[in-house]
Amino acid sequence: MSDLKIVGKNVARHDAWEKALGLTCYAADFSMPGMLYGRVLRSSYPSARILSIDISKAERLGGVKAVLTAKDVPKNESITRFGQTHTVGGGFEGLYRVLADKKVHFMGEAVALVAAETEEIAEKALDMIKVDYQLIPGVFDPIEAMKSDAPQVEEGRSNIITHYEIRNGDVEIGFAESDMIVENTYRVPFIDHAYIEPESGVAWIDENGVINIRVSTQMIEHFREVADVLGLPHNRVRVIGTNVGGGFGGKADITVESFLALLTYKTGRPVKLTYSREESILSHSKRHPYVMYYKTGAKKDGQLTALEVRLISDAGAYIYFSPWVLLLSTVHATGPYRIPHVAIDGYTVLTNNTFTSANRGFGAPQVCFAYESQMDELAKQLGIDPFQIRKLNYLEKGETLATGQVLDHYVALRETTDRAYQALGDKTTPKGGRVKVGQGFASGMMSYGRLVFLHDTSRSQVSIEMDGSVTIRTGVQDLGGGQSSSLCQIVSEVLGVPMQEIKIYISDSALTPLAGTGTATRQLYMSGNATLMAAQEVGRILLSKAGEMMRIDPRRLDLMDREVIDREGTGKSLALTEVVKACASDGLPLYNVSLFKAPFRNLTQYERIEGQVYADFTFGSHAVEVAVDEETGKVQVLKLISCYDVGKAINPLSVEGQLEGGAIYGMGYALTEEIIMEKGVTKTPSLSEYILLTSMDVPDVQTVILESGEGVGPFGAKGIGEPSVVSVAPAICNAVYDAIGVRIFDLPLTPEKIFRALEEKKKRLKFD
Amino acid sequence: MNKKIHKTYFIEIMVNGEWKETDVTPQETLLHVLREKLGYTEVKEGCGKGDCGACAVLLNGKPVNACLTLALQAQKQKVITVKGLGTPEKPHLLQDIFVKHGAIQCGFCTSGMIITAEGLLDRNPSPTREEIREAISGNLCRCTGYKKIIEAIEDASKKLKRH
Repeated sequence: MSDLKIVGKNVARHDAWEKALGLTCYAADFSMPGMLYGRVLRSSYPSARILSIDISKAERLGGVKAVLTAKDVPKNESITRFGQTHTVGGGFEGLYRVLADKKVHFMGEAVALVAAETEEIAEKALDMIKVDYQLIPGVFDPIEAMKSDAPQVEEGRSNIITHYEIRNGDVEIGFAESDMIVENTYRVPFIDHAYIEPESGVAWIDENGVINIRVSTQMIEHFREVADVLGLPHNRVRVIGTNVGGGFGGKADITVESFLALLTYKTGRPVKLTYSREESILSHSKRHPYVMYYKTGAKKDGQLTALEVRLISDAGAYIYFSPWVLLLSTVHATGPYRIPHVAIDGYTVLTNNTFTSANRGFGAPQVCFAYESQMDELAKQLGIDPFQIRKLNYLEKGETLATGQVLDHYVALRETTDRAYQALGDKTTPKGGRVKVGQGFASGMMSYGRLVFLHDTSRSQVSIEMDGSVTIRTGVQDLGGGQSSSLCQIVSEVLGVPMQEIKIYISDSALTPLAGTGTATRQLYMSGNATLMAAQEVGRILLSKAGEMMRIDPRRLDLMDREVIDREGTGKSLALTEVVKACASDGLPLYNVSLFKAPFRNLTQYERIEGQVYADFTFGSHAVEVAVDEETGKVQVLKLISCYDVGKAINPLSVEGQLEGGAIYGMGYALTEEIIMEKGVTKTPSLSEYILLTSMDVPDVQTVILESGEGVGPFGAKGIGEPSVVSVAPAICNAVYDAIGVRIFDLPLTPEKIFRALEEKKKRLKFD
Repeated sequence: MNKKIHKTYFIEIMVNGEWKETDVTPQETLLHVLREKLGYTEVKEGCGKGDCGACAVLLNGKPVNACLTLALQAQKQKVITVKGLGTPEKPHLLQDIFVKHGAIQCGFCTSGMIITAEGLLDRNPSPTREEIREAISGNLCRCTGYKKIIEAIEDASKKLKRH
């Protein structure tokens, strides 16, 4: 471990060159001869009955090759799967409906499909489909939707999808023991992933009758679901994942895959389907809005005694990942704190809003906003320093979460707190009278890897060619986080072959061993371990042969710079190609496919959550300094420090990239981003209305990387893609409070909200 | 049946140093012509409305959003895409620096970002950090948080000075 040569070094990513040179072929850049263009007719209403659909005019339009509605789909309704091959039960699978049939449940739901010779004809055909709707009452507020007399989003089933609870100790005793109780309700909005690449794909039937779908996806394992939709055997559908132009969870659900498969199956021709930005925003999942009631009790010295939490998340019109996200929120609702008495209840509820699902953080950023705001409120009420109250209560290695899960690995929160605080430095002196400066801080935690009861696995194949170059094959999806490049670095380290002589083939459900989903911050952990195991096995075969050839104990031998060398200083070495040749000649396998298994554990029941739920967690802190203009309510972030324990930085440059990008993703959550939905109608369907931060709005994020070496990934690495987002928003809210003495309980912190809160504060002061 | 016939116009555009010709309709965008008719798929479409900058190209040396430019406006003009800046054998300084700084993650904004940066350095070889921020403020990036992109452009300007 100590003398790593490639792992831990800043290495230019193998995919970056192609991207810089404009050579990368993203999903929409691919075309085929004779290709048709697909389009989707979408519901204009959030809640309506479909009385009839007349496609006859559209079908007669010249150049139209297919018009499909629900009745043309062999299996229109099935169970949502997210790459898991273990049947979980317990309400973890929801309804997947390809096209709306009797009802539309949210605005933007797919109703019909068209394939035509040109995009223009396809567009025109959409206008010629006549859908007769009868509007029916919908429900748009999850709290309303929980009432027994609320309209049912999915007829015949309760709007409440899931309830989870965690109980530890007795909160009544805990609150009775406390000297101070802080009680607040927090709200967070719908968030769009806003990847710059809209959903896209091309499908065709190959000469073997296999339906190929080349698509921008985080989950090639949807090939099974698509095959089920068509009523075909699973081995007749192949999903080829492209380089993804940003995913953030939004391309984890099926997007264009089933539509493409149906259109190509029906017409026998290749079909391309690319969403417009507006269609993307209207039709894909959102991050869950939550209403979060928090009641936290502490002793005078700041020691936490009790926590009571009630979470209600808006699942929108379809279940998708909602129970999984809620489960993560429920387990993470305490934050990384030691609290003897805990009662948490979480609900996720159907409404006629756009459905919600995975979004970078998967339920962790929501609760972190609440628990870290609570910690600052408690500190203020008790007159304790916000750092001290946290340090007093941080969990440590060996302690347990409220579920009873033991933290088996190092918890670096004390260090991340100190390092982030140091990096923040002294408070900047404000320029003018109306601008106030404040500093704020928050810590966060997030699991990496999937739920242990999913029985998650990943596979990777490493092989060495006759010239000593190396090939990796693994079904990893690359979202731009460096997923595949890190694997090359690991193999380069183990086999002593330079990065540029390693070629990786990824993301093909037919040709690469399946590696599971590009979600849950799991690829470095899972596929990194699988790839490491495969490379080590190939290395073992090579060294054993080399030992024979060199008459040296293989345990003394090492692979380095395309040679086998004797570590014990005899100066003896052998060219790697000679060893490969000898192995090939002896019929030894010059490849290995390894399977890595996450810890498996079954829950005994699914409502009361107990024991281990995740493999491990990533911990860290954000510290920020803001300037708040009291006249306009505008917040400017002056400094933003991100300090997380990543276990081991395989490629520090990529880790910095995750920390910097994650911090700005979280800053957008805090300040500008919000999908505004009024009675199920999205009011912000473009990037001029859904406000992403630009280069003018952001500070230079300062990153501090801690490496405890105690992660469960390769070389002790932890996952960082999603955790990097978690604690930004509360840190900003806490800084705003420090600046102007006003706390905002619902994100985002728009100038209007801050201005109004300041007006309220002035009024209160007058009365006092 | 609505049988409106769109009048088409023959245009010639010099793309990356080569004259290309095609027929276009008056409302057709330069982005559509480049991607769908001439095969320059390195020019990306992120929004089609001028909000994201992924489709930026140089039109006579100045960065423009190809989605907001009519193809007819490019008649007999010079267009440069990111592939016109450099090749694998001879990459452009900005391409090299973007790779080495880790300024590229998913890469979907990269071609527009590099084009905008080239437009900036062409008119202002020594921009301040603030000028860099302003120049790329029409190019959205969802992955990087912009820091490494800004640093890469700054580094490129320093290297330009030395040469």
